[in-house]
Amino acid sequence: MRKLLLSTCIGASALIFCGAANANEALQKMSQNPKDWVMPTGNYFNWRYSELKQITPDNVKSLAPAWTFSTGVLRGHEGAPLVIGDVMYVHTPFPNIVYALDLNNDGKILWKYEPKQDPSVIPVMCCDTVNRGLAYGDGKILLAQADTTLVAIDAKTGKAVWSTKTGDPTKGQTSTAAPMVMKDKVMLGISGGEFGVRAWMAAYNLADGKLAWKGYSMGPDADTLMSENTTNLGKPVGKDSGIGTWQADQWKIGGGATWGWYSYDPALNLMYYGSGNPSTWNPKQRPGDNKWSMTIWARDVDTGQAKWVYQMTPHDEWDYDGINEMILSDQTIDGKARKVLTHFDRNGFGYTLDRTNGELLVAEKYDPAVNWASKVDMDKSSKTYGRPLVLDKYSTDKQGEDVNTKGICPAALGTKDQQPAAYSPQTELFYVPTNHVCMDYEPFKVSYTAGQPYVGATLSMYPPAGETNMGNFIAWDGKKGKIVWSDKEQFSVWSGALATASNVVFYGTLEGYLKAVDAKTGKELYKFKTPSGIIGNVMTYEHGGRQYVAVLSGVGGWAGIGLAAGLTKPTDGLGAVGGYAALSNYTALGGQLTVFALPK
Amino acid sequence: MKPFMSGALALAFALGAAGAAFAEPPGDPKAVKTVDGKSFDAKGDPTYNIKPDGTVDFYTFSGYRRYMGNCSQCHGPDGMGSSYAPALADSLKTIGYAEFAGIVIGGRQNVGGGNEKVMPALGDDKNVTCYLDDIYIYLRARSNDAVPRGRPDKHDPKPPAFEKAETECMGVN
Repeated sequence: MRKLLLSTCIGASALIFCGAANANEALQKMSQNPKDWVMPTGNYFNWRYSELKQITPDNVKSLAPAWTFSTGVLRGHEGAPLVIGDVMYVHTPFPNIVYALDLNNDGKILWKYEPKQDPSVIPVMCCDTVNRGLAYGDGKILLAQADTTLVAIDAKTGKAVWSTKTGDPTKGQTSTAAPMVMKDKVMLGISGGEFGVRAWMAAYNLADGKLAWKGYSMGPDADTLMSENTTNLGKPVGKDSGIGTWQADQWKIGGGATWGWYSYDPALNLMYYGSGNPSTWNPKQRPGDNKWSMTIWARDVDTGQAKWVYQMTPHDEWDYDGINEMILSDQTIDGKARKVLTHFDRNGFGYTLDRTNGELLVAEKYDPAVNWASKVDMDKSSKTYGRPLVLDKYSTDKQGEDVNTKGICPAALGTKDQQPAAYSPQTELFYVPTNHVCMDYEPFKVSYTAGQPYVGATLSMYPPAGETNMGNFIAWDGKKGKIVWSDKEQFSVWSGALATASNVVFYGTLEGYLKAVDAKTGKELYKFKTPSGIIGNVMTYEHGGRQYVAVLSGVGGWAGIGLAAGLTKPTDGLGAVGGYAALSNYTALGGQLTVFALPK
Repeated sequence: MKPFMSGALALAFALGAAGAAFAEPPGDPKAVKTVDGKSFDAKGDPTYNIKPDGTVDFYTFSGYRRYMGNCSQCHGPDGMGSSYAPALADSLKTIGYAEFAGIVIGGRQNVGGGNEKVMPALGDDKNVTCYLDDIYIYLRARSNDAVPRGRPDKHDPKPPAFEKAETECMGVN
């Protein structure tokens, strides 16, 4: 790795690049220490995997809470804390408090940082005031506040070092994503796809918070940072490709939000992320492919230049945001060693691409219920190569405005939303928390007002016909595009998974259980019910020779909004049981960290 | 009234004040008058009109769609509430038309205690204001269990007057 990084230290900008490489290397090295958890995604490749193996399939049944911590906030708690040395850093939903907890002293509060934010940002946050976590780099904790302020906090003192305003909540722009430090930069996108925000990915200097580059999801090449070298499925995208597939000026309110997770390959100097749905949800009102919403992006970390793009759902008709995480691994596919990117899209397809050039290798359904498209066209000579083959009966555009298109799977929640999957290099499998929910979708005319919701569709959600479970937790083979095992869950699994070297996989459930399963078989090994539903991500660390597993409880997010009252299908009548049950019968609002360990 | 207040805000102020001062529960929802497909109760407030076979008036149906399109993201499906915002099918048992309109247009805040609740002022959002009565009518029906959860199965055709008012209010998009 050192060799590769130092190889960038040539030419006129040697000093800049060498400095960057060193800062980069420090964080990368830290991420390889399994005792720490220095970024929400576990490592730059988004593995959410730990080499710790004190907790095993045999002894995990004895796992028990070691200590707990109340965050003082009763909202949806997404993300996971960081651990660096003897300190744990815990974040909360709005008002976005950050706590530094002393692991040597039973989690005593070393410092607390609470930003002052205008509460009028709250209702601009579609689907709860969640925050997906903090970043660490060069002695600073990076927090993206709901009101789009990116602040660097001194990790030792809890004092703000710099802060920068990255967006404008009065125009519907908010922050929910976890930033990520890459080299000398902090990467952060923007939320607001339901408010007609034209979204972007941006890089800010870790040293002073100044904007280094900003690449929009749509617009002219100068905005999208595309060039004649940018490719889509091996071909140049062409000039101003971010405008041509929109009607008139609609790209200016085009959406394509960037609130998911980011990943980074230092050897290729590329970052990866997905863009979300085009605004509005009424597809009739925005003809065209709406590029580059719903797209996997590979951008140069230093300049932001787009190297390649791949649009998964051209002309979205179902709100299948493409923001889910991009997991980077090296695997052998059809006898050929590949640097791959694996992505579980909201649209229900699990994609494997060659991350060096964006070549599409595998695209298969990771829930058999997925029905809106028959398949992704893998025929390179076909006119529709790389595109989903959409069934007319599930096309809300073909069915039209004011028509209720029924039985579409997955629902707008997606087969998976932001809840990140884990990857184990031991098993070469992905562990994926999924939703198993279908919908009726009826688009109608809406008008755009800056800072106001711009939705334009109504939908009702329910489990697939004849089934009662609304979620599955699956193991996925990304080389073949096959489900290896699948565990049913009553509710959507809205918690990020964790894989460990001892082949124990952890995840949380909406009722509030922390569960441990066998990585090879999916067999349930342990469960414990925490105080509130879990939409946070499980993490692990070692302190004082003991392995700990930690997770935030606090039901909310889109799951809390969509499922709290229970799902319903008018034709099935009321009072149904099983999959239609109300989440509110199982859990209530909360905000707590539970830290587990084996008994001493 | 400050001169810079926009029309919608001024209305919200007036309605909000009225709502606070004369907060009274909604009256009998029985429709006593129907004009161009839109029904009103004895107090003159908009209300629903549902036939014995379950067919709902067009305003109730329209209110369902606009509620689901603009309100359900926080208030949950079918007025049932969520982890984020209250169940309006319950709230409208005690909140009358004027107070409802005041809150929707002017917003309200209930922050602190670790459970921040903020209702935005939607007075500038045509997707809401053009359908304020529709949404009220739908939620009023939900609050009285006059319509079940989900999309109403059958509804009256769109009245020409509705179409005209909608086009005028929404403008050319």
